[in-house]
Amino acid sequence: MTEWRPPLALVGAWLALLGLLALTVTLAYVPLGAGNAVVALSIGTIKAVLVAAIFMELRKRHGLTLVFAAAGLFWLGILLWLGLMDFMTRT
Amino acid sequence: MSEPNYLTTDYTLQSWFLTTDHKRIAILYFASLIFFFFIGGAAATAIRIELATPQADLVSSDVYNRLFTMHGIIMVWFFLIPSIPNTLGNFLVPLMIGARDLAFPRLNLMSWYIFMLGGCTTLFAILAGGIDTGWTFYTPFSTLYSNSYVIVAAAGVFIAGFSSILTGLNFIVTIHRLRAPGLTWYRLPLFLWSLYATSVILVLATPVLAVTLLLIATERFFGVGIFDPRIGGDPLLFQHLFWFYSHPAVYIMILPGMGVVNELVSCFSRKPVFGYKFVAWASLAIAAVGFLVWGHHMFVSGQSLIASLVFSFMSFVVAVPSAIKVFNWTATLHKGSIHFDAPMLYALAFIGLFTIGGLTGLFLACLAFDVHATDTYFVVAHFHYIMVGGMVTAYFGGLHYWWPKITGRLYSEYWARTAAVLIFFGFNLTFFPQFILGAEGMPRRYHVYPPEFQVWNVLSSGGAAILAVAYLLPMFYLGYSAFFGARAPANPWNAPGLEWQTSSPPPEENFETQPVVTREPYQYNEAFEAEPQNA
Repeated sequence: MTEWRPPLALVGAWLALLGLLALTVTLAYVPLGAGNAVVALSIGTIKAVLVAAIFMELRKRHGLTLVFAAAGLFWLGILLWLGLMDFMTRT
Repeated sequence: MSEPNYLTTDYTLQSWFLTTDHKRIAILYFASLIFFFFIGGAAATAIRIELATPQADLVSSDVYNRLFTMHGIIMVWFFLIPSIPNTLGNFLVPLMIGARDLAFPRLNLMSWYIFMLGGCTTLFAILAGGIDTGWTFYTPFSTLYSNSYVIVAAAGVFIAGFSSILTGLNFIVTIHRLRAPGLTWYRLPLFLWSLYATSVILVLATPVLAVTLLLIATERFFGVGIFDPRIGGDPLLFQHLFWFYSHPAVYIMILPGMGVVNELVSCFSRKPVFGYKFVAWASLAIAAVGFLVWGHHMFVSGQSLIASLVFSFMSFVVAVPSAIKVFNWTATLHKGSIHFDAPMLYALAFIGLFTIGGLTGLFLACLAFDVHATDTYFVVAHFHYIMVGGMVTAYFGGLHYWWPKITGRLYSEYWARTAAVLIFFGFNLTFFPQFILGAEGMPRRYHVYPPEFQVWNVLSSGGAAILAVAYLLPMFYLGYSAFFGARAPANPWNAPGLEWQTSSPPPEENFETQPVVTREPYQYNEAFEAEPQNA
């Protein structure tokens, strides 16, 4: 009977997420001005890509599954686009 | 002795509470929703009794706030949103596509347990003293000032949201993967197109509600500045996030109702639905465009004028696919062999009431009019015409139409028609006066009002009494028929849908042999020329 071991990719992604979390917290205390938001959002994007590709296994999927995953991203875009339209044009 | 069916396979409690049969899970949802409907209805009754006179007679202002909040939360999340998808949808999706069950039967049962956990959590909040924020949980009141059970109620809604997501996911996968041979997308019943569109909204919008409620908890517990401007937050952010879910949620409620009405209008006109493809794609168009209009709830909130203009325009756009459906139902009726059986009475009531609700929605999409009507009874009347006049009427219509299939019994047509007519008149008497009250400036959410508004409020409360009786009637005659009604044939309406090609009630495995579809949908005028047998 073979012993079960967690897939390396999952462990690696988990460690990477923890590392990025530590980086986010650390950089939040470094005064970069507007750069803080840019850095935080960039790290957040990398984390999201890791989750989607590794944990959701989208790297192994095709067709309809990717369409639905992309739809989620597209709808997030709608939320940001129309939400920001208010914030950017408010007097 | 009748054939064994899903109701008679096993009578133990365990066989119901651990079932993975989609039909039994539909019945579990049905019973749960009746329970929640009565709780929400009890709050509405108390509200209407209080509003029969201008002064405060029955409750204090604080209790009144808790009553309308309880009514809204229970009715929206624990009745309207799950009603058609989780009862009729659960029962019918596999039957309509010729499948044995949904794609994920265990997930289906789990979604009911999650729903009940969410419902019980919210009930606990109500029993412990209730909440006074209104069903919208607006900040900063909900995060800073309210001393009621906001977090518990929000947690209940948060939990129930996962049930919605799982049901939506299950329907999407089922409709994609388990259709019978020959059942192409354009041969699907339009009820399934509308459930598919609903499921897409459930999956894409509900997580945003979950995040929003979590943010409320984060601010309330940890003082993180998200919505409170004193600590760097923005109260309008809450409204953006909340309505990004809650406006599409209106379409979660109404799209399944529209799907039911397609089936009813076609069956009782003995004609295929006019413009099938337009109606099918109109469902998806409503689901998609419905995500672009949420800001029309925020015209007077301080939102930028440019954003308001865009949201106003998009709100007009979303009316187009809804209008397509209304015109196509009307065209289906044209030169049809119309039968006024009870389900058809509900369908016709739906078309009229939904049209009034939809058109008054266009009033509110106009910026100038909305400024006058915001937070008045005009808005209350508008959304009740959509949600109750539309959605609940369609639910009752669908329940009557498929009742012989669900229970294997026929109900009293006389009492069913009586209830349908009473619901129509009771509903209009309750809510039409509220349009006038709103236009004259009576604000919502107040339990005292100037005496000149009393006439319309008395009419409204009188209508509510009729409506309450009318909603209770089906409890009796449907309940009676479930045990003592005449046995229903497999296809009492002579309808061509797959669900009618199996026995009533269906066997546990739905079909004895795998059905194969060779015809277009709604072919009433070919092989099914016989009249309905239930008249």
